[in-house]
Amino acid sequence: MNKVGIVIVSHSPLVAEGAADMVRQMVGDEVPLAWCGGDPGGGLGTSVEAIMQAIDRAWSEAGVAILVDLGGAETNSEMAIEMLGADKAGRIVVCNAPVVEGAVMAATEASGGASLAAVCATAEELSPA
Amino acid sequence: MIDEALFRALVTAAAGTISAHAEELTALDSAIGDGDHGHNMRRGVEAVLSDLESIAVKPLPEALKAIGTKLVMTVGGASGPLYGTLFLTLGKELANAPPASADLAGAMAKAVDAVAARGKSELGQKTMLDVLYPVADALNANRSGAEIAAIAAAAAEATRNVKAIRGRASFLGERSVGHVDPGARSSALIVEAVAGALQ
Repeated sequence: MNKVGIVIVSHSPLVAEGAADMVRQMVGDEVPLAWCGGDPGGGLGTSVEAIMQAIDRAWSEAGVAILVDLGGAETNSEMAIEMLGADKAGRIVVCNAPVVEGAVMAATEASGGASLAAVCATAEELSPA
Repeated sequence: MIDEALFRALVTAAAGTISAHAEELTALDSAIGDGDHGHNMRRGVEAVLSDLESIAVKPLPEALKAIGTKLVMTVGGASGPLYGTLFLTLGKELANAPPASADLAGAMAKAVDAVAARGKSELGQKTMLDVLYPVADALNANRSGAEIAAIAAAAAEATRNVKAIRGRASFLGERSVGHVDPGARSSALIVEAVAGALQ
């Protein structure tokens, strides 16, 4: 059975990689996982192209849940989803959740074989209503 | 009608003013955001300029879409997708219209709505929309280039006294008052440069 993939997008590659390390410690290699961070010039920020590549690396027929940190990461992720085309776009969701805790919770849920909607809902329980 | 030579002049003027004001834009962004707007925008317009030879020979709608894609891929920050969406939508809308009756005002109105949707924002929230909506309205009212440039400049300046509720500046709340929004300023710069080059 395909498990939902997890993508971590931070302005900082160090934050993204560190969050991915924490996810790996929780769920091992059971869940497709990718991260990206930094803008196209190598500074703090996010890159649509890097996000598209991360989604491809974590791609699963069950879908991909993206965890983001600050505003531009969300806007760039939404743009990246759109540019991947309608077929994939329908199976990719940006979760409204804190990036580190959300990624760990989403991956834990995904490792049990939960649907994309359930994975995202679990991460979003961390956000204030 | 915008021919290849005029298109080159418009892009060069818009890119030139962004590069020339990059430090100012970054300073504005340092006051209320994350301090990268000028550098990000300069990286984007330089990428567009470096591809101008291949972009300028395309039909106008395709050229606008190529600019949008370039900005999406190179600017980073939230402004990449926002400016990218503006140009991608302009190109898409102009492609749907018969070339002879290219409805620039109509395309601009749709493009600004698309930027608002992308940023989940609206008029009056201290963003680039505070410049783009009045410019779209002025285009629709057949205002002159000089008038549109003046409207854009005044609209950007008017963001100074607005409290930000979208974007990173919203974290500052009341402290965002007193600073011009960097996205509004960069939008006005581009509008003023394009209007100037069209005259």
